[in-house]
Amino acid sequence: MRRLVPLALMVAGGLAARTAGRGHRPGLAPVTLLNVSYDPTRALYQDVNAAFAAYWKGRTGQDVTILQSHGGSGKQARSVIDGLRADVVTLALAYDVDALEDRGFVARGWQGRLPGNSAPYTSAVVLLVRKGNPKRIRDWDDLVRPGVAVITPNPKTSGGARWNYLAAWGYALGRWNGDETRAREFVARLYRNVPVLDSGARGAMTTFAERGIGDALVAWESEALLAVKQLGRGKFEIVYPSRSILAEPPVAVVDKVVDHRGTRAVAQAYVDFLYSEQGQDIAGRNFYRPRSPAAAARYAAQFPGLELFTIDEMFGGWRKAQAVHFADGGVFDQIYQPGRA
Amino acid sequence: MRVARRSVLPGFGPALGFTLTYLGLIVLIPVATLFVRSSDLGWHAFWHTVTAPRVVASYRLSFGAALAAALINSVFGVLAAWVLTRYRFPGRRLMDALVDLPFALPTAVAGIALTTLYAPGGWVGSRLAPLGIEVAYAPVGVVLALTFIGLPFVVRTVQPVLQDLELELEEAAASLGASRWQTVRRVLLPALAPALLTGFALSFARAIGEYGSVVFISGNMPFRTEVAPLLIMTKLEQFDYAGGAAIAVVMLVSSFALLLAINLLQWAGRRRAAG
Repeated sequence: MRRLVPLALMVAGGLAARTAGRGHRPGLAPVTLLNVSYDPTRALYQDVNAAFAAYWKGRTGQDVTILQSHGGSGKQARSVIDGLRADVVTLALAYDVDALEDRGFVARGWQGRLPGNSAPYTSAVVLLVRKGNPKRIRDWDDLVRPGVAVITPNPKTSGGARWNYLAAWGYALGRWNGDETRAREFVARLYRNVPVLDSGARGAMTTFAERGIGDALVAWESEALLAVKQLGRGKFEIVYPSRSILAEPPVAVVDKVVDHRGTRAVAQAYVDFLYSEQGQDIAGRNFYRPRSPAAAARYAAQFPGLELFTIDEMFGGWRKAQAVHFADGGVFDQIYQPGRA
Repeated sequence: MRVARRSVLPGFGPALGFTLTYLGLIVLIPVATLFVRSSDLGWHAFWHTVTAPRVVASYRLSFGAALAAALINSVFGVLAAWVLTRYRFPGRRLMDALVDLPFALPTAVAGIALTTLYAPGGWVGSRLAPLGIEVAYAPVGVVLALTFIGLPFVVRTVQPVLQDLELELEEAAASLGASRWQTVRRVLLPALAPALLTGFALSFARAIGEYGSVVFISGNMPFRTEVAPLLIMTKLEQFDYAGGAAIAVVMLVSSFALLLAINLLQWAGRRRAAG
């Protein structure tokens, strides 16, 4: 059925490891790690892998090559379930790692093993509008006005889009003091202004940026900054809504795989490295909000202060949010039910 | 029928064994897995999954658009095959090669290219928009993408038959006083029918399951432009393997029934022609 998505494996960091010279300690054979990630982290992990390979070489004398695989977050989790031997997963949402937990790939309670809910860097859901903001979009409220076209991918197929949906829902809950009915009405109105539901976040970006469809794109800040700084210089502006959700893309060591392959030490060092000052700086440079105060201060100009709520405080975690909103017959399906608000 | 005829292959037994193993590994086992996976659901849940209104709407689009695309290809594919076999003109070989392009092109590329052209701001779309014609992000766009990927099937099955069809037949018909239309209807079409039916069936079958190109141009709106394979993807995205397999089973069984019907039709046609 799907001929697309050949596993895009990329050797990164391999070069850095090679040029650092052959190992001085003959006892350590070179090692390979596979990091299974989601789509827009390609550039981030190219930088991380090169830096980590140099760091690991310096610390242990061992050469490490990190292979990257990218794809939709849910599809990547399924590949691991189906047998792709990932030492580390770095996905878009905790729900996809929970699926690995349920099937015994990742130990129970994985999210508490690393600081910050296992998300070494974060992002925020923001709005991208066209230069000069012709429709004067300032906040979520403006997205439900008649005549405003909003682009956001399909939350049923895109993990990133689920964060977008929850951002709008959480904003509405705050605005109407926790009134679920009003929130549902608000989100339903918002999705009535969505002319195209792309299957993934990059597709939605293409629809908005290349095809010129829509007045506002709901996107992760990391993607929006990339669009403003690289994709279409001077063509777009970022609008920071009054409140939004803190997107926490989690990382985890895949216990079942590292125990089988004997790569636990290096895999653990790899995820820990993401929390190091160097790792945090690389995240900031790639438009993700660093957790460390020092790196956050260095990139403060890039990330304006913004009132952010988390999925745990607003929705009681991913499992619950998924069951209520995105499961078959859930709220998202209901707002698309013909003849219903 | 006698089986033990002298043949270049080393005997019927090993050849049949090999064929069965091969078919089993490549086709039957994966298909059987689908049935096993979907049986996790139980009959009630299975029925509930495959008859949900949104799923039914997606079958309608997948099968309807595939049928429309196959019909369009049957008309224009025969025309293209006719031009390519009966006329000699500069650029003919190039055109002949172009026909195969939809085979080779990754379907995602086809989908993105078509969307770029037919989106409201695109080169073609911007000219159609003032006329109120929506192609991209509408069911028409789905038909367009399916027509694109299905074209070579009709052309490539009809072309060899047309090549073998002797011109003398048409001349004989004309000299016996047949009008052009009569020649087409009484002489050409009956000769072409089996190949055309095969081309139609292949193009149709290929289109039913198409995902890669369609997701880009359809806009994926529930109840309107959602194809069945997309719903399978949304089930998988929730790690609902059984639900995804259930929809797949329905598509598989109905496609198989349709293809079987087409094959029977051909068989009946051949018998009539022979008898």
